[in-house]
Amino acid sequence: MTTNAVPMSQWPSDHRYTIPVAGDQDVVTLTIDDKVVQAPRGELLIKVAQEHGSYIPRFCYHERMKPVGMCRMCLVEVEGMRGLQISCATPVVDGMIVRTQAPAVKQAQDGVLEFLLINHPLDCPVCDRGGECPLQDQTLAFGPGESRYVEEKRHFEKPIPISDLVLLDRERCIQCGRCTRFAAEIAGDALIDFGGRGGATEVITYPEQPFDSYFSGNVVQICPVGALTAQAYRFKARPWDLDVAETSCQTCSVGCRSSVDSTSNRIVRLLGVDSEPVNHGWLCDKGRYGYDWVHSDARLRAPAVRTGGGLADTSWPEALDAAADVIRRAVDAHGPASVAVLGGARGTNEDAYAWARLAKGVIGTDHIDAQLADGLPAEVVVGMPRATIADLDRARAIVVLGPDLKETVPVLALRARRAAVDLGVPLVEISPVDTGLTRDASVSVRHRPGAPGDVVQEVVDVLGGVTTRRGDLSPLVPALEGREGPVVVVLGRPSLAEPSDATVHAASLLANLTGDVRFLSALPAANVHGALDLGLAPGFLPGRVDLDAGRAHVEATWGAVPAEPGLDATGILRGAADGAIKVLVLLGCDPLADFPDRSLAVAALTNVEHVISVAAFPDGGVAYADLVLARTMWGEESGSTTNLEGRVMRLGRKVTPEGTTMEAWRIAGELAARLGTDFDLETVEEVQDEIARVAPAFAGVDARLLRRARDGVVLPLAEHADEIVFGAVAGAGVSWEPIPPAPAEPAPEEVTPEETTPPADEAPGPAEDLATPDAAGPAAPVPPVALFAWDTSAPAPTVVPEDAYSLRLVAAPTLYGSDPVCAASPPLARLADDESTLLVHPRTIDGLGVGPGDLVRVSSATAAIELPVRPDGRVPEGTALVATNRSGAGAFDLVDVSDPLTELRVETIGGGSGVGA
Amino acid sequence: MAEETRLVTKFLRERPDDSWTFEAARTHNAAYTALERALTMEPATIVEEVQTSGLRGRGGAGFGAGQKWSFLPKDVFPRYLAVNADEGEPSTFKDHMLLERDPHQIVEGVAITAFAIQAHHAFIYIRGEFGLGAERLEQAVADAYANGFLGKDILGSGFDLELIIHRGAGCYIAGDETGLLSSLEGERAMPRIKPPFPAVQGLYAAPTVVNNVETLSTIPHIVRNGGEWYAGMGVNKSTGTRIFSVSGMVEKPGNYEVELGITFRDLIEGLAGGVRGGKQMKFFIPGGASAPWLLPEHLDEPLDMDRASELRTMLGSGAIMVFDETVDPLLVSWRLAKFYAHESCGKCTPCREGSGWIEKILYRMANGLGRPDDLDLLLDMGQNIVPGLNAPFAQTTICALGPSTMSHVVSLDRWFGDEIRARLAADHARRATLQVASA
Repeated sequence: MTTNAVPMSQWPSDHRYTIPVAGDQDVVTLTIDDKVVQAPRGELLIKVAQEHGSYIPRFCYHERMKPVGMCRMCLVEVEGMRGLQISCATPVVDGMIVRTQAPAVKQAQDGVLEFLLINHPLDCPVCDRGGECPLQDQTLAFGPGESRYVEEKRHFEKPIPISDLVLLDRERCIQCGRCTRFAAEIAGDALIDFGGRGGATEVITYPEQPFDSYFSGNVVQICPVGALTAQAYRFKARPWDLDVAETSCQTCSVGCRSSVDSTSNRIVRLLGVDSEPVNHGWLCDKGRYGYDWVHSDARLRAPAVRTGGGLADTSWPEALDAAADVIRRAVDAHGPASVAVLGGARGTNEDAYAWARLAKGVIGTDHIDAQLADGLPAEVVVGMPRATIADLDRARAIVVLGPDLKETVPVLALRARRAAVDLGVPLVEISPVDTGLTRDASVSVRHRPGAPGDVVQEVVDVLGGVTTRRGDLSPLVPALEGREGPVVVVLGRPSLAEPSDATVHAASLLANLTGDVRFLSALPAANVHGALDLGLAPGFLPGRVDLDAGRAHVEATWGAVPAEPGLDATGILRGAADGAIKVLVLLGCDPLADFPDRSLAVAALTNVEHVISVAAFPDGGVAYADLVLARTMWGEESGSTTNLEGRVMRLGRKVTPEGTTMEAWRIAGELAARLGTDFDLETVEEVQDEIARVAPAFAGVDARLLRRARDGVVLPLAEHADEIVFGAVAGAGVSWEPIPPAPAEPAPEEVTPEETTPPADEAPGPAEDLATPDAAGPAAPVPPVALFAWDTSAPAPTVVPEDAYSLRLVAAPTLYGSDPVCAASPPLARLADDESTLLVHPRTIDGLGVGPGDLVRVSSATAAIELPVRPDGRVPEGTALVATNRSGAGAFDLVDVSDPLTELRVETIGGGSGVGA
Repeated sequence: MAEETRLVTKFLRERPDDSWTFEAARTHNAAYTALERALTMEPATIVEEVQTSGLRGRGGAGFGAGQKWSFLPKDVFPRYLAVNADEGEPSTFKDHMLLERDPHQIVEGVAITAFAIQAHHAFIYIRGEFGLGAERLEQAVADAYANGFLGKDILGSGFDLELIIHRGAGCYIAGDETGLLSSLEGERAMPRIKPPFPAVQGLYAAPTVVNNVETLSTIPHIVRNGGEWYAGMGVNKSTGTRIFSVSGMVEKPGNYEVELGITFRDLIEGLAGGVRGGKQMKFFIPGGASAPWLLPEHLDEPLDMDRASELRTMLGSGAIMVFDETVDPLLVSWRLAKFYAHESCGKCTPCREGSGWIEKILYRMANGLGRPDDLDLLLDMGQNIVPGLNAPFAQTTICALGPSTMSHVVSLDRWFGDEIRARLAADHARRATLQVASA
């Protein structure tokens, strides 16, 4: 029995790691294969048996889906019940006597496997699944040695594409329904189903409708045979040749646990790892297939310096000397405030810490911002009361106030959907346009772009028990009846066409609701939360403390800390544009693509004296750079990341870095050394240990703990220590099998080549005993400095009167776009729509008198551009939606960051009618 | 000589030209007077009366109708009544007749049953191929609504009932009660795991009673005359009358409603006129295509559901198929196998894959291409669908279609095993000779 994990009461009912100890009233006692065991009442027999060492074979059963009882592989003998029982749908009851090895069971297993194989093509030598195939494995373990079937097998054309990413081989299919159930139950995209019947049953798509779900890759992973294969991985490797490292996906800020598989030093596949608190084993397709960019030919493979003839590769000593020189001369001539750093939201925690220390402790500038006006103010993100993803499952209600979660943080959308659909948590969505969650929300209400306040106030009233006059909110009243738990607000930026003020004000209304209100950030940049937590924001120091509160504590290590809060991204770019800032360091960001106001970004990059870009790709910022410091990427570097719930998780290094690239934290250390400060940090573990010592919110989160905490740890440790699950999981996720229960003793740790240096502190530290429930050992470390708290007051934003002649712009990213992940990963590049389109309500396009796809002139206060226009029922009248992640002229050309919102006039080209005209 | 005991078929036999019309049923058959009476009774009293009557489901499983109703969890609403009019068992055509010829009797039975179980929505799932039946049933329902026997506040009793007719799309397995519910919900007609049983979680996850057309057609008679009266007919625990569809090689095939307890001989030789053309009977199927076969030596056995179980077969859907001495049992078996392979829904592995395999083996056996051990192969492989191969069948599948794929094979072995094995050996030997000749 596992005892070293979270108390069951804190987990949703379908928890998977723990079973409660004896004495609990909800425990039943039963006998499985002559072994007396205890299990929670109602738990499925197949699961209980596995936890107690009796593995029951199965094909259709999957722990994350409802049992369906199709494959009949899991039949067992239950004393007193007539015939064999399917253990996947049999709940345990007191006194049950179960035999999983009885002769009748053996015969049934033999029989089912013989049946499954009569029509199976047995083309294992050319099947991607061969070697890691549950049908192969279970035939070996439980099946007959030969078949008595001599007739012709079933034949189908093979394989057929069911989407751009997934192929279906119907001959190999064993009709377990995992894929169809995943699509309908988990993803909510019921685009595949069974067709035909009997022996002619096959998985089908609907006419003219491919399986274009954002989550389609998951069906490949859970397919128990090679019937569903991934276009990207077909014939790339044999499973036994794969090297595996577990990591967190860095495509968005959910940080889904995944395993990176490589062969011959190339990443060939990503699989989801079933992490209870994070992703339940699922990945979105962008995360799953967005690994090719690591090996892209477009990568920067060496540092470069601008000469008369453009950028020329150079050596690291020369590049670092030159960069240090540029910074030193600017500081000497104009003071530290003439240097600014932008970006860092896509690096590791170690990168963020080292760059914060370089900027604030060595150079002395506080002009540093990881967000490019595309997020929320740091004081809100750092200081708001935080929810975990798992809080969604036990919430009184979920309020989504932000972007389309399916487009920005897709697996969080799956978790929210599960809470709403499967667990019955009321979900209120407040957004300017319909989103991917609208269909599953209990209530979905629209607000005018830039003005969510009124609607949010109504929702706050309903949550506070005040009756509502709004008909569309009335379903919420009965849904809330009798519910307890926190109100979880999923908070992000609904649109980048307006500043964050209105959203922050709306969030403050929710924060001031009586009772337990917690916020879950929906900022999508992979490690924006780690960057903000580690000081890549003006006014903040590492560990969720502001300059004043943390000064004394941090100065003890750093020696110096800036006196005054610096500028945010908008301020930095304005400073660069008007000459106050002389050196602009771009830390893995591209202001031309990321900053909402493109004209300001261009002015800044054009006018600033020096641009130093720490980049992996030749992006827009690199085009303006004097110096390019080529950095390593995810997959090439170890370290840690912080996801949107503040969970710090390890990143695994899997392949050798391309060219002579260098980790960004090491670049910071090299620059610091050249500027006169020796960080004395040689390994990632040393950086992690320094973070644990210096950054108050990271107290206790040292390298040793990070290597052992399977699902990472949520900050601050003192509040979440009992949620830590220890266990090594290096190879998990390769198999279709769920991860076995955590061992009672910490398993041998995975050691990657980066980690051969032992951590400084090998003696059992406080973290050693953290999750031993009955240990009277030391409590989790408490932050040495009180953490920053958002004071939840926010001024009401300026009310902009409605203009009947304009459309209000909503600018938001879509999952697939022109970003390097998609552009440099061939499977995704085909899916990405690279052209900006003006999406308007069908009646609006009718009013314009143009057809779908026609070009129209779109003008804002800032600019006029031409865009194709298309009708889209998700967009209300009076609103226009333009995706942000597109190359070429688009949303960010229309936005002026100083305006409270962006209003558009739309005219047909060559004169004629306009909206409202 | 045996005679019919006409109860549910009395009226439709009396007025073959207009028995399905509202006017005729109301004027000449006192249609809906049982409903009028029922609405004055306590719902629980009706359930008790039906339990007293001993009426057993006429769909095939033969489960006590009143008992089924009593399994509904107390105080859980809404509840639903689903009527299984998807009569698809080969050779069964009794509900077909009731639907076409006396739809008002069904509607009245539905209304009474819905009142007894306090359901306010009832659904009749009618087999897609029953065009005329659906047309007449729809008309009957419309007439019942128009005359206040359905809808809001029926006959001023305060009881509301909406009756919805749903036409199937041609699928045998929609006749399984959980397959029927899946199909009603718009899903593929795939049976569901039990438990939960429909009485606890059926249609739209609400408590649901699923009853057969003939069962419900009997309800008005029980309400009119009392449970005791009904229980007074029949034999042992097989009370009342039952419609048997007699088909195959008999002189007078057709539906015969008889009191349970008469013998197969009474039915086949008495009412149906015996084997056609004075031939000898070889075997007969006593309860629909899924029932194991019986021989002429069983003709004096009574029509008693429990006695049938003792004979390791069943009265099932009440369809008797008679085969004379000219028939090759292997061909019959192959044809049945072909039906089940075609109708397997594809959900459970043993049935999906096994049904097709059985068909293929029987095809070669019936066509002179059998191998000496083919019958044993069938029996051994069949163990993986029907462990034990003994009726009442155990099954490795969710629904009873699995065992049905094997029941005829079991019968082949039981009654004609030696004959078939000898034939397979002879076929094999003949083929060996041919091969030598052509070599």
